[in-house]
Amino acid sequence: MKVSIKWLREYVDVTLPVEELAARLTASGTEVGSIVRTGAGWEKVQVASITRIERHPNADRLQLATIELGNGERTVVCGAPNIQVGQRVPYAHVGAMLIDGHTGQPAELQAARIRGVVSEGMLCSEKELGISEAHEGILILPEDAPVGAPLADYLGDTILDLDVTPNRPDCYSVLGVAREVAALTGQRLREPDLSYGEEGPPIAGQVSVEILDPDLCPRYTASLVLGVKIGPSPGWMQERLVAAGMRPINNVVDITNYVMLELGQPLHAFDFAQVRERKIVVRRARPAEAMVTLDGADRSFTSSMLLICDGGGPVAVGGVIGGSESEVTEHTTDVLLEAANFHPINIRQTEAALRLRTEASLRFDKGLHPTSAEEGLRRATKLLVELCGGVAARGMVDVYPGQEEPIAIHLTQDRLRTLLGTELSMGQVFDILTALGCHVAGEWEVGFLVTPPWWRPDLRIPEDLAEELARIIGYDNLPTTMLGGAVPHHEPDPLRELKERLRDLFAAAGMQEVITYSLTSVATLQKLQPHPSVASLQPIKLANPMSAEQEYLRTSLRPSLLGTLAANQRQAEGNLQLFEVGRVYLPRRGDLPEERDMVVGLVAGAARDGHWSQPAPAADFYDTKGVLEAVFDRLGVVVEFRPAADANLAPGRTAAMVTEGDVIGVLGELVQPVAEAFDLLRHPVYLFELDVARLLSHVAHRRQYQAISRFPAVTEDLAVVVDAQLPAALIEAAIRQSPLVTSARLFDVYSGQQVPAGMKSLAFSVIFQSAEGTLTGEQVAAVRRSLLERLAAQYGVRLRE
Amino acid sequence: MAEDIAALTAQAQQELDNIADERALEAWRVAYLGRSGRLTQVLRSIGTLPAEERRTAGAAANQAKGALEAALAGKEEALRARALAREAAGGALDVTLPGRPVALGRLHPISQVLREILGAFASMGFAVVEGPEVEWDYYNFEALNIPRDHPARDMWDTLWISPEGPRAERPMLLRTLTSPMQVRVMEKTRPPVRIVTAGKCYRYEATDATHESMFYQVEGLAVDRGISMADLKGTLYEFARRLFGEERRVRFRCDYFPFVEPGAEMAIDCFNCAGAGCRTCGNSGWIEILGAGMVHPNVLRGVGYDPEVYTGFAFGMGPERVAMLRHGIDDIRLFYGNDLRFLRQF
Repeated sequence: MKVSIKWLREYVDVTLPVEELAARLTASGTEVGSIVRTGAGWEKVQVASITRIERHPNADRLQLATIELGNGERTVVCGAPNIQVGQRVPYAHVGAMLIDGHTGQPAELQAARIRGVVSEGMLCSEKELGISEAHEGILILPEDAPVGAPLADYLGDTILDLDVTPNRPDCYSVLGVAREVAALTGQRLREPDLSYGEEGPPIAGQVSVEILDPDLCPRYTASLVLGVKIGPSPGWMQERLVAAGMRPINNVVDITNYVMLELGQPLHAFDFAQVRERKIVVRRARPAEAMVTLDGADRSFTSSMLLICDGGGPVAVGGVIGGSESEVTEHTTDVLLEAANFHPINIRQTEAALRLRTEASLRFDKGLHPTSAEEGLRRATKLLVELCGGVAARGMVDVYPGQEEPIAIHLTQDRLRTLLGTELSMGQVFDILTALGCHVAGEWEVGFLVTPPWWRPDLRIPEDLAEELARIIGYDNLPTTMLGGAVPHHEPDPLRELKERLRDLFAAAGMQEVITYSLTSVATLQKLQPHPSVASLQPIKLANPMSAEQEYLRTSLRPSLLGTLAANQRQAEGNLQLFEVGRVYLPRRGDLPEERDMVVGLVAGAARDGHWSQPAPAADFYDTKGVLEAVFDRLGVVVEFRPAADANLAPGRTAAMVTEGDVIGVLGELVQPVAEAFDLLRHPVYLFELDVARLLSHVAHRRQYQAISRFPAVTEDLAVVVDAQLPAALIEAAIRQSPLVTSARLFDVYSGQQVPAGMKSLAFSVIFQSAEGTLTGEQVAAVRRSLLERLAAQYGVRLRE
Repeated sequence: MAEDIAALTAQAQQELDNIADERALEAWRVAYLGRSGRLTQVLRSIGTLPAEERRTAGAAANQAKGALEAALAGKEEALRARALAREAAGGALDVTLPGRPVALGRLHPISQVLREILGAFASMGFAVVEGPEVEWDYYNFEALNIPRDHPARDMWDTLWISPEGPRAERPMLLRTLTSPMQVRVMEKTRPPVRIVTAGKCYRYEATDATHESMFYQVEGLAVDRGISMADLKGTLYEFARRLFGEERRVRFRCDYFPFVEPGAEMAIDCFNCAGAGCRTCGNSGWIEILGAGMVHPNVLRGVGYDPEVYTGFAFGMGPERVAMLRHGIDDIRLFYGNDLRFLRQF
């Protein structure tokens, strides 16, 4: 909502500097988004009158305009086609600061000789004055603009651009803002005059109004003004409309718009001659009813929409837009003015269905009070009579089925103290609420009975009044205290804590955390096909996606991670290790989806950042597995890696992560087709995926201390030859399970000439230790012997010579 | 005798001057000062001299011994210094060469700022909870005092779940704010309540440098007997000081959110220019940081809390905005674009 300070001053004295006023409005809830001053740079611009126009002697497209400033004439060269003798125009002296039409920057006007003729200054377009972008023609001022007056005095203004919150429809009007200013600054409000002479015949009998659906139209008022002369509206009115961002059309339409801006009540003017059967019927639309609206669109309606009809059919969509047939034109002489009240929810539904929001509907959809209709009608009728030469019919039509009694709010000292944390005095409460237009009755000791004014339908409960008091006093003037009372009992959230630990651990292992979009496209999900994320799990679809790229909720983190990797491969060389802790969304019938927390990691490129001392090796399966092993170790989870299959991962290079019989995730090398589908530049890429909730159930909550032996350990190397296909982990587990063995670490794997074909050698560093005493050579040898016997029996293992 | 001693000393001194390594020095020491060294022998022979010569000769010999021992010590010191210098010259490292890189990853900047924000509230007794991103219309709107077709719904352009979207009997949506967690927590707990929650939210919004369709929010709620607007102000002031510096000042203004009454917005004085006006604060000296207010009685009533007995406050803020202000980031889209050249700056 744009509010002109000049206009505002008509209803309230502005006693504060504009910046301060803006700060007060903002602090009290109506945010001033920007302050725009017109005329700030107009020191050398005056209102001029064009007295003579001649052809430029040397140029067809240029004219020489002679202008009168009240104290002398000037001649300027002018290229704009829209000037005529007698017009009032802005004239800039040499030295004026104007916006350059080409650069858009302010520049000082220089004396110039144009095609041999000296131009003494120039006439200005809106763009040159910084009012708008229009520069096709000279700004033509109203006929009554005072010649010789500084333009800044005549046209200069300060415009406040307000962000009105949805609970304050009253602030969609200059008068509403004036009420706020009056209450905030302790000034008196001057309400606009609503009185006019009713010199015409009685309205009764000339027009009938019937509301068939009173649930959607609580009130309909109408007046009739006969014998109006259509023409431009007066300059002051046009000026205000332009300042508020509206385009002047003709005096009747301008008056309806003016009153809407002034009082917040939208109105509609019908050409009375076009109103068939001289009757208005307000009713829901019938099936297949249609009409061309004022914006030129051919619209059809549904039975949920409210239409204003005459004897022949629809003439307007109630509260939203008028029809083109009954529009006021230059031939109109009699005007039927409508000011009505409509149900806000229905207006919103109609806006949504028609995909149309107008200056009228955005006011109605916040909920106006029916009283506003009568006030708006009276004000507009008065202006029609005064400015369009019409005669008002006596009386007005007022169909008011939705009358409601105002509610009184019981406001106690206790409630105020509890909400605001401070004690307000009776005088303060009374004065502020009265200044806001409330009627305050009752005894302060037992609580006031506060009846809000009709223009504040948002005030319904004591909390609303507490806010009124707080915002007028100023939030910053209320006390500040710390929360008292006991800290409430808190249930721990181990899943959240595990996610945070995983973030720390994967970052500690050298990986970069990313956060990617939850929304994706079916095409992206299908790049993983035939992985179940698309094939068997139907991803959840949005009803109103913004684009095909963001149409589905992801069922896997893999695509967004792979997309991120591909984008970064184009920017960065070397080590690219990414992980995300995020949710996938798995549908459940008749319920919200399951939002499962997953971790997906990608390891690609070099295993670590390169160094001058040695080249960085390419990361491989075991680098990736090493990260996971370190993470599991810190979490106290013993995880087995078992050969497994995954449609996105290479057979024979894929492992399931299993703990206590539960599969908690998968690890492997990405298959080529998937890498290509995601446009990965470099290969191989290793991927792992963990299900956080499944992992959680195996995390050691409290680790048990293991006593450290006081006796020396014996370290022996044990190299065995086994079938090349045998998983090393089986042998390692068997060694670990032997008595006295406290650790077994595989330090060499060999296959080649030194071992028979189809076999491999595994070398372990084994530590033997006892908690009871120092081990003798015989004890160790015995354990070693029985270990080898068992390995031979179980796996056909022999000691490597 | 005295002449012999002087000559010996002179010779020893001269030889010492020419010595360049420790081995030669040791040989010299043995030759002159060793058990059978030449000066030692001279000292031993003094006993055989007549008594009258013995004193002067003894004094001369002892003086010579002291002088040679001092010269030896000086030479040793010189050789050690020379050896160190030689070592430094030959085996020195170029200490300006880069060290071997240690793999240390990083958390996403939003994870980092979320931890800071949540940590500040956790230390004031707020429990951290999480909730669903796909929500019922009920929790996202109805229970927050925003019934269907309420004008305030315009404040949140919503992404709806198909097939029926908002017209479903029980519409499902992507939460547009974290406030649904207020209701979910209160439904499950009796007062007092003191929680903070964070998570992804979504809006049907064209993206630009300051708008994202997916973003995070942090939400807080405190409900108990006798909680007032003054407590809201105090708690959020304390938060602002913890996150943005002890010397921060705060400003509250009236604002509108349907689920609070009175409603507020908090700004801090610009940490970049301390209120003087700069680019960070758009020359206003103040930075809007969060929305807040006293929980609306309809919200309390909806979860079975008696608003006559219990009051509370709630607040919400955007961690992206906090991170952008703090690091001077001028485009919100950088966060979920995940360009490593961006992420590795934090």
